[in-house]
Amino acid sequence: MTQLALVIDLNVCVGCHACVTSCKEWNTSGSAGPLCDENPYGADPTGTFFNRVQTFEIGEYPNSETLHFPKSCLHCEDPPCVPVCPTGASYKRKEDGIVLVDYDKCIGCKYCTWACPYGAREFDEKEKVMKKCTLCVDRIYDESLAEIDRKPSCVKACPTSARLFGDIHDPESEISQAIREDGGYPLMPEWGTHPANHYLPRRKTKLKIHMDELERADNPLKVDGQLPKPAKGAPSMDDASAW
Amino acid sequence: MKPAFSVIFLTTLLGAGQGLFLALFTHQSYALFGLLPMQSDAFYGYGSAIALLLLGGGLIASFFHLGRPERAWRAASQWRTSWLSREVIALPIFMGAIFAYGVSHLAGLRPEVVTLPSGLLIDLSVVIGYIGTFLAFVLFVCTGMVYACLRFLREWYSPLTVINYILMGGSSGFILAAFYAALAAPSQTYFFVGWAIIITLLAFVGRIASLIRNARLKPKSTMQTAIGVKHPHIVQRSMGAMGGSFNTREFFHGKSPAFLRTIKPAFLLLAFVMPLLLLALGIFTPSLLGLAFALQYIGLLAERWFFFAQANHPQNLYYQTIG
Repeated sequence: MTQLALVIDLNVCVGCHACVTSCKEWNTSGSAGPLCDENPYGADPTGTFFNRVQTFEIGEYPNSETLHFPKSCLHCEDPPCVPVCPTGASYKRKEDGIVLVDYDKCIGCKYCTWACPYGAREFDEKEKVMKKCTLCVDRIYDESLAEIDRKPSCVKACPTSARLFGDIHDPESEISQAIREDGGYPLMPEWGTHPANHYLPRRKTKLKIHMDELERADNPLKVDGQLPKPAKGAPSMDDASAW
Repeated sequence: MKPAFSVIFLTTLLGAGQGLFLALFTHQSYALFGLLPMQSDAFYGYGSAIALLLLGGGLIASFFHLGRPERAWRAASQWRTSWLSREVIALPIFMGAIFAYGVSHLAGLRPEVVTLPSGLLIDLSVVIGYIGTFLAFVLFVCTGMVYACLRFLREWYSPLTVINYILMGGSSGFILAAFYAALAAPSQTYFFVGWAIIITLLAFVGRIASLIRNARLKPKSTMQTAIGVKHPHIVQRSMGAMGGSFNTREFFHGKSPAFLRTIKPAFLLLAFVMPLLLLALGIFTPSLLGLAFALQYIGLLAERWFFFAQANHPQNLYYQTIG
């Protein structure tokens, strides 16, 4: 069974909001109708978004760190928002695990948002239905697009490749490996919702060079150091090692 | 959570309607076994008409909660998983039962259904009454479970939520029944007043118990689990929107802590203490019973407002600072 998901690498997210605007652009232009805004140019602009980038300060100045935190629907494997829906408008697709809202069935009772601990759903105040991230379901299967473009809009937009997309049930997928090897974690694991989206933690990126790595691997006799120093201007074996 | 007035009116009006019906049929059951004098068909019939009006008012209020009320019929489809859907089904069926109960009394359609070995005659209105009683409790459980089933809202995630919906609805309905009896069947007032005092006391205990429980709750989700960073000191600097969003409108009550602190004793006084005093006095001066119902209804509106406002949704962790 497939479970499509995003993995968001907090180590490289720079908080540029490109994923937010790209998501909005794609999803407000589709056949599902616009993501409505109110007062877009006024004092209190507000509107419907599938994806938000939030910023947190960790620690106290001067020993603090800024964390940019993109947040969208996590496409939980056990989504609490789905069973509470009285109309069946909220559903989880069996074939790829995407949690969707059928905008033609939604009555706008907002009960599903009460049942989502992440605040991932937003009510569209003009369309009067509940909206949420679709993982760009109208894009990832679109064969009229080049294969490289069949990814969610936010993933395509990220300039630092902080957003990875794939199937977390496939152990060999890029995102499964990232979760496994870079300490990927889910949000609010205490509720047992099993979010499909995972986050990669902030981590120190260090380049470590050990002494044994400075030695040539193809130097079995360990005699490199004893070679005569070539004269200046003299040709060397590989050009690079000449000085 | 932001208290929605549609839901506040929905739950309080339904509770009063259900309670009133339960009160009327309790009386008829007592009378059936000869413990009380059977009242006229008009007493039960018009009483159930009042209950039907309250339930209808609640039903109308519920539509104001919907973004797309024209699609409300779809809400009956997911009864297998959704308590909200179950409530949507239970309400009209219960209203139908009360309607049938009222009609059987007012139109005199009370054919004998069965005679028990003891010689007790069970007529149609009694059968409908028992079905209605069962449905009243089904509806109470559905209404309560709509809130009690949400495990993230820990203030609601408790059997006390369902119990209190039953007790407060029952209290409201029995007080109304006492007032109704004072006008329509004065000799029976003491019966309803007695039960109203008992149920109101129980409701008072239940609500206090839930207040104590909620005061002791420790949040399960923290800033640390919300973003997955173990550091003890995390402060939000930006929620990603400057003019607010649905998340800031739906999940915060927007009133000051002082307002919250004021409304708690206010609703305890109005919904429980004052009605109890007025009920005790109302045995001697029936006109006070109407006041008791009205004051308690206002108190229950405040109680329901507080019920929503007190619930702290874990998503609020993500929406603390505009910046």
